[in-house]
Amino acid sequence: MTHDSRSELYQQVIIEHNKSPKNFRKISSPTHEAEGYNPLCGDHLHIYLHVQEPGGVIDDVSFEGDGCAISKASASLMTTSLKGKTLKEADILFDQFHRLIKGELHPDKDPNVLGKLSVFSGIWHFPARVKCASLSWHTMKGAIEKAPKIISTE
Amino acid sequence: MDLDVQRIRQDFPNLHVNVHGKPIVYFDNAATTFKPRSVAQAMDEYYQKYTSNVHRGVHELSEKATAAYEGTRGKVQKFLNARASQEIIFTRGTTESINLIAYSYGRHFLKKGDEILISEMEHHSNIVPWQMLCEEKGCVLKVIPFNDNGELVYSEFEKLLTAKTKLLSIVYISNSLGTVNPVKKMIRAAHGRGALVLVDAAQAVGHRRVDVQDLGCDFLAFSGHKLFGPTGVGVLYGKAELLNKMPPFHGGGDMISSVTFEKTTYAALPYKFEAGTPAVAEVIGLGAAIDYVLSVGFGRIEAHEQSLLEYGTRVLQKVPGLKLIGTAKEKVAVLSFILPGVHPHDIGTLVNDEGIAIRTGHHCTQPVMKHFGVPATSRASLSFYNTTAEIDRLVAALLKVREVFP
Repeated sequence: MTHDSRSELYQQVIIEHNKSPKNFRKISSPTHEAEGYNPLCGDHLHIYLHVQEPGGVIDDVSFEGDGCAISKASASLMTTSLKGKTLKEADILFDQFHRLIKGELHPDKDPNVLGKLSVFSGIWHFPARVKCASLSWHTMKGAIEKAPKIISTE
Repeated sequence: MDLDVQRIRQDFPNLHVNVHGKPIVYFDNAATTFKPRSVAQAMDEYYQKYTSNVHRGVHELSEKATAAYEGTRGKVQKFLNARASQEIIFTRGTTESINLIAYSYGRHFLKKGDEILISEMEHHSNIVPWQMLCEEKGCVLKVIPFNDNGELVYSEFEKLLTAKTKLLSIVYISNSLGTVNPVKKMIRAAHGRGALVLVDAAQAVGHRRVDVQDLGCDFLAFSGHKLFGPTGVGVLYGKAELLNKMPPFHGGGDMISSVTFEKTTYAALPYKFEAGTPAVAEVIGLGAAIDYVLSVGFGRIEAHEQSLLEYGTRVLQKVPGLKLIGTAKEKVAVLSFILPGVHPHDIGTLVNDEGIAIRTGHHCTQPVMKHFGVPATSRASLSFYNTTAEIDRLVAALLKVREVFP
């Protein structure tokens, strides 16, 4: 492997979101919430959503928790991209993000609405770190689907 | 005579691979060690020249394989200074060895209210089997705490050790802290109370001479792959009088004396505990690993590793904010640390860019992480083939991490 992983993985936008995460707070009366946990590394976070009905628009979304730079930046970027989206649009983003971090979607070639989220495009080179990026997204999905248990990466 | 590290390094092909275009620095020896060429050669020879099952045939190859397999048992006996080779049982590793004791000894001889004593710094493999046993049999698990240096609080051990204590299962050297526990003294104290002692020597055997008669332990477990040998093979040492009265762990071929549908009689030691075709190649590889490590010599290994520990402890302080986790007076060259503001997994990924392999995570010792209030640490665990120049590369890489995460 000869790729320059630092420029791929630890881009400035990830460093910034890790240092000053957006929407890092609790929503007082969320319509949806869930807890996510990665038992392999101890990353642990809560996702809160407020969904306006009818229409299913996510008018607020936030997170709290502790983890590595990748997981925190991913959660932070997720909240900024979900705000104002409908649940249906959130589902499309979830799917595209998932394919992105598995290396199946190439943001330069394939049509997508990922925007800033494409900073994670290099992560599939680091199989051990993919779950760091996906934890917040799985937890968000679990919240929306009202999953009864803690969302675990394992 | 000092260890000729540069010559030793020639024996380990893995030390000469590149990672991200840089010569690897392998500091994950507590997870598994690299293997000298002679280990792979011994296994290769078995696979290419005398593949056959052991203890079965009268044909030439089977005789040869059996001799090599049993030859390793003799080497392990000498290596541990056990009284007899029948006290050496081959298992899949330390975890299976501990489970064997929990199942065979624990389920047969322990009863409700009996206490099992472990420590706060145990690997999960020396916690979970006992919790399972306690749940099943109604035994009580007690835990010896450690202090903020990562040393067992001996006075607490003395308090917890009572007439109710039936088994002390204790780690010799901690994988996440590097602490060397005073097991010999603890064994004597436990025996004074009538308790048996199992020593988890997984992290000990590659760093210092382990003598079961000198220690006086009743059982001792280790894994081949942390002793420069192959994965998939480990050892359980047990005093013959104890192993003899214990029921078998697994039933099957090779562990019987005779089988009818009415009654089966079990084989004598050690075969009673070795059901099924064993890991023949791996056992042979373990024999080669023991030969190798003895040829290097534990005196020289210990001296070199202690100088690495001393050097590493000193130069890691150059990294702003770095805090060592585990600063026991008696320790091996395990350098666990945290860098405030940087998650260990980010450290691990960034130093990997520099060709350096360290372990990040909870190291299968979550209670240790809880003690220090951290989710994980970064751990550099060294072996005798490591050098101070490699430690310098780690320090330089960590300074770069600090640049990425100011």
